[in-house]
Order: sequence, then C-alpha cells, then structure tokens
Amino acid sequence: MYIQIIDQIKQRIAIGDWPPGTEIPSIRQLAVVLRVSVITVKRAYFELERDSVITTQHGKGSKVAEFPNVAPRRYDEELAQSIEQVARLGAMLGLSPETLTERLLAAIDHHTKEIACLT
Amino acid sequence: MSDLAVHFEGVGKDYPHFTLDNLNLSLPTGTVMGFIGANGAGKSTTIRILMGLVYQDRGSVRVLGHAMPFDQSVAKLDIGYASEDLRLYGSATLAWHMNFIQSIYPTWDQTYADSLVDRFDLKPQQKIKGLSHGQRVKAALLLVLARRPRLLVLDEPTTGLDPVARHEVLGALMEVLADDRRTILFSSHNTLDVESISDRITFIDRGRIIDTDDKESFLDRWRRLRLVVPPEVTLPPMPGIVEENRTGRLAVVTTNRFEPAMTSLYQDLGATIQAVDTMSLEEIFIANVRTGRNGKAA
Repeated sequence: MYIQIIDQIKQRIAIGDWPPGTEIPSIRQLAVVLRVSVITVKRAYFELERDSVITTQHGKGSKVAEFPNVAPRRYDEELAQSIEQVARLGAMLGLSPETLTERLLAAIDHHTKEIACLT
Repeated sequence: MSDLAVHFEGVGKDYPHFTLDNLNLSLPTGTVMGFIGANGAGKSTTIRILMGLVYQDRGSVRVLGHAMPFDQSVAKLDIGYASEDLRLYGSATLAWHMNFIQSIYPTWDQTYADSLVDRFDLKPQQKIKGLSHGQRVKAALLLVLARRPRLLVLDEPTTGLDPVARHEVLGALMEVLADDRRTILFSSHNTLDVESISDRITFIDRGRIIDTDDKESFLDRWRRLRLVVPPEVTLPPMPGIVEENRTGRLAVVTTNRFEPAMTSLYQDLGATIQAVDTMSLEEIFIANVRTGRNGKAA
C-alpha cells in the first residue's frame, strides 16, 4: 500500500505537478483523503525522505526537495524479479532459451507498437 | 496529561467457561487500533471492560486518563460507543433519537449529524423498527459520531453493511482522524476493513493477546517463502518460523521475522527460492492463531 503512495507522489513530481519546494499535504491530511491509515502514509513519507525526494521539518510539514531524486530505482529491482520469473516459467514449460527469447522480443515489439499508436 | 487514550495493565476476568488473561494494551492518542479476533476470542469482553460495562477481576484500566470502572461516568462523556447489539427504541424515529442524544451531550454537532444523515442515506422521520439491519448500524454510528467524542469504541462497526455503506462508514471514520486528538478502537473479524484504516493491530485469541504491533511492521515482518529443496537437505530451525510445510521437494515456510539474510542462508543449503510472498492481514491472522493454538511460541 505505501509503495503505491510513493509511486503516486513520485509521479506527481516527475510530471511537474509538484515542482521542487512545493508544500505537500500533511500525513494526516493525505491519510484522510486516501482513506488509508496514518501509519501507511507515514511510512511512505519516511521512505521518500530517505530517498531525498521530499524534506520534512518537524512541525512545519513536508516539501518537495530542491533536487528531488525520482529515478525509478525500484523499477530496476522489479525488472530483475520479472526476468527471473520469466526464466523460471520458461523452464517449467520446458521452453528452449531460443523460444523464450523470441517470445520476449515479440512482447517488446508489441509494446513498442502500442506506444506508437498512443502518441 | 497522558498521551495514551487507552491503557490496560494485567487485566483479567474470569467467567465459568471463559477467561480473559493478563491483558496489556496501550493505544496512543490520535491512532486507530484494529482489534481482530475470531468469534468468542474476547473482543467484546475487552471492549465492555474498557467501557466499564463489565468490571475486571484483576488489573488496571485507564481510559482518557480516567480509572475504570470507577470514573466511568466522567469518562463516558468523551467516549462514543457503538456495538452490534446496541438497542434503539423501535417505536421512535431517528430524529427523536438525535434530539435525545443532543439533550445529554453538549458536544453534539447538528450540522455534522445532518451531513451524516445524507451520506449514510438515512431518513430521520423513519421509525427504528422499520429499518433494515444495515440502516440500524448506520443510525447507531451516526448518533455516536455526531457527538464528536475523543475516543470512539466500535464493536464490529461494519458487520452486516453492504459494500457502499461500508465505504461510507470507513470514510466517516477516517475523517475523524483528521483531528489528531481523537482516537478510534474498533473490533472486527473483517480483516480488510482493519487493514485499510488501522495504524496498530492487535490479535486476540482465546482470551489472550497473541500479537500487537503497528500495521506496517506486521506486513513487513511476515513473509511466505516457496522453496525447492533437494531431498537430502533438511531445513534448519530459525527464529520466527511459524510454519513449515514440505511435500517432496517443495517447501513453504511462513515466518514472522523475515530478513533478506534468510534467503541467502537457504540458498547456501542448496535450496532454490521460488518466491518470497507478502501476506495479507487475513493470512497473518490465521497463521498467528494457528501457531498460538498449537502452543508454539510465535
């Protein structure tokens, strides 16, 4: 759950909705709006602060950092996990490395076309 | 002024067929605690002791700084309590009940009450006996919420509500938390409701608290690992493992103290990690209860 909050905040910063220095909602405000517990939002803000995306001053609330680091570091981990998964499922289905590679290339091709359609 | 809204120390209560044993519970002001237990686990007994409706045989109970049950009349001005078996007068209307509560509690907020009538989709002129179960539950909650009490104690607040009503009720509860001086304790066996809005979670089973922690820590600590283990390897016991199921080469290990080091340890033994799954609160609850009942230390 807190990971979704982190992603949404990073996205807002990345697309420019929240420029550096913007005051962001307090933990409690955001919890009420999202209908999630205070502790979940607290956890998300804690991680965001650790990754230097936001800065928090006690009693003054939180702001977007001057140079927010919104590099999708976690996506990298996610990718590594998904690739592991592909390898495992391929082995379970008894696919040869060539077949598996072909399927992956086809998927990349499909995705590229989809994006081309959208833009 | 203590910043604990609720504090139980060594509380016990004996009934012929049920014992509540050495209950310790603390709930900081401004938090939501979800109290989860199976039927007959002791949730309602605990809540009744908290409200001074049942007197404990042992231990001390402080609620909003007041000693219970002795100071209950003062404490209750600031506590809003709603339970499933709360009785409203069948032949009176909701509007009559609202007037009645307003005449007792000076903190009653009519504007807020009116807005809740809309949101909960209730009709003030309708008699209580004509209401469905869900409408009664919502009516009882409205009467409690509109007093804006500092402590809300809700025994199974969402039982019997349809999904739309549950959403409205949980939303209304969250709004209470916009004010950080207000605290909520609610019991439920619906772990999804508890999971979404609680800060702290306490599991109770057979009259004993089996685990209590903040929600994120619960979700962090518990993991289910799926491993492929060579037949000649036995998995070593590790602290925190609550369950190990092995059929052939496949093993499923449930732990309440997960650390990434666990996976490398298993890999060193020759096992392959297939997945490290997070667990839902429901799965955690069931695993917790099972371990507790098997007599193993969790």
